[in-house]
Amino acid sequence: MNDNRTIEQAEEEIIDAFSLFDTWEEKYEYIIDLGKKLPPLDEKYKVAENIIKGCQSTVWLVTDFADGKVFFKADSDAMIVKGLVSMLIEVLSGHTSDEILNAKLDFIREIGMMNHLAQTRSNGLLAMIKQMKNYALAYKGVNEPEKTT
Amino acid sequence: METLTTISPVFDVQSIREFFPILNRELNDKRLVYLDNAATSQKPQVVIDALSNYYSHYNANIHRGIHTLAEEATAAYESTRVTVRKFINALLPEEIIFTRGATEGINLVAYTWGRQNIHSGDEIIISGMEHHSNIVPWQILCEEKQAILKVIPVTDKGELDMEAYKNLISSKTKLVSVVHASNSLGTINPVKEIIDSAHQVGAVVMIDGAQSTVHLDIDVQQLDCDFFAFSGHKVYGPTGVGVLYGKKELLESMPPFMGGGEMIKEVTFEKTTYADLPYKYEAGTPNIADTVALKSALDFINEIGKDAIRKHENDLLKYATTQLETLPGLRIIGKAKEKVSVVSFVMQNIHPQDIGVLLDNQGIAVRTGHHCTQPLMTRFQIPGTVRASFAMYNTKEEIDKLVSGLQKAIKMLS
Ligand SMILES: Cc1ncc(COP(=O)(O)O)c(C=O)c1O
Repeated sequence: MNDNRTIEQAEEEIIDAFSLFDTWEEKYEYIIDLGKKLPPLDEKYKVAENIIKGCQSTVWLVTDFADGKVFFKADSDAMIVKGLVSMLIEVLSGHTSDEILNAKLDFIREIGMMNHLAQTRSNGLLAMIKQMKNYALAYKGVNEPEKTT
Repeated sequence: METLTTISPVFDVQSIREFFPILNRELNDKRLVYLDNAATSQKPQVVIDALSNYYSHYNANIHRGIHTLAEEATAAYESTRVTVRKFINALLPEEIIFTRGATEGINLVAYTWGRQNIHSGDEIIISGMEHHSNIVPWQILCEEKQAILKVIPVTDKGELDMEAYKNLISSKTKLVSVVHASNSLGTINPVKEIIDSAHQVGAVVMIDGAQSTVHLDIDVQQLDCDFFAFSGHKVYGPTGVGVLYGKKELLESMPPFMGGGEMIKEVTFEKTTYADLPYKYEAGTPNIADTVALKSALDFINEIGKDAIRKHENDLLKYATTQLETLPGLRIIGKAKEKVSVVSFVMQNIHPQDIGVLLDNQGIAVRTGHHCTQPLMTRFQIPGTVRASFAMYNTKEEIDKLVSGLQKAIKMLS
């Protein structure tokens, strides 16, 4: 996360990993594994204001801002969503507001997980991406010295 | 209807499946296993044909034109009303109001009868297992009228606590509105008993028949309910059409729901008089095509026979319950004595959504989540369930696939 890779490079690595899989089972086992490995969020962060509510599952998202970069931590009560969330953190965390705001996140389509963003899934993933970008936008204001005219 | 004559009097699920073209679909190279029938049922070819036949041959606006097409369309539309009357054994065809679905039926009653008859301090009783569509309209009404919403509690088995119901009922009770069969648990509620108790205190009773109509024999006269609502799409019919039954004297005394064409007798700027039943409640050009095709769905059910269908579905329910209970960590939610073919369950330490995603990848369609019954999920302290619901075309092999699909999902997740 907090390394020198660009967002595109992190996306590329995920796409590469998925290119090795032939079956849906392999893909989902990988995602589930990512979900299991994502460090659980401290209970104190699992409060209403950090909730991104999907219809079925819940995602908690917290952010940090240091050295001009935005850092994300998240958790979910559903494992597959948690794995997908883990990938989003891998890709977006530790970048500047502008980088995050400009991220196209094409990897989601490339690895065949676009259907998880569909409205019907109601799993909060789409809302999560929006919220990550909203945070980035909010921190962008912090970055820029106020204009005094 | 000639295709139906090929059905043998013995219930043969394989030949029944042939009437449903969608069951040939493959997902991920696997034959679709459709177990989300409580959400909506699939459509037999006769229903699909009825829709295309209507648009291909006699599409016209009804009750207006004097030309041949208008007459044919009107006759077809009205013959659905007659078929529905028989299907639920209403006394009169004009007691059958076409709506968009159960939701609109309930709202119609809340906005017309409710606004006319509910006053400050009055009490409305619903149950703890209601679909949101039988909660929210009454909440809106109660808020507007300063009336009080009371809720019949649900037991651990997923049945209504009838003792508690008897205690809730009083002279303040003006309306009782309960679900006939629960979409989340499958529970068949003792609605006859509920209706009789409510009538003893002079309350009006609305029954949400969204889930029961496809499975049970419905006799609104025997039940003596005042209102009964269901949706076409859950009885093998098209989406966008539903039915509200109401007793004639109630329907006559209520104000109209929407104003517009079709529902008027005479319009002047000083005063408008309303059309007779049922048109008073069918403002505007109705959903003619879907209403026409609803008749084909009900005819289809009648042809196969509700008794035979129910026996088959009950077998599936029993088989599924037994098979699912062999899975370690699986807990069935809703163990009522009387159930329609719905089985809801949770898995220890596994979110229902994960199960749903992994079953979907195996071509198995189930519903996961709160099923629009959030208060009921809260009651059982669960975020939601996995729900498999069976229709006339489901098979034991499909339940076997569900069970092995679940085993696979559990293995992948643990
Ligand atoms: C018990 C129950 N009531 C009401 C409804 C609402 O039906 P519709 O959405 O067709 O209006 C449903 C549908 O899911 C239901 O299951």
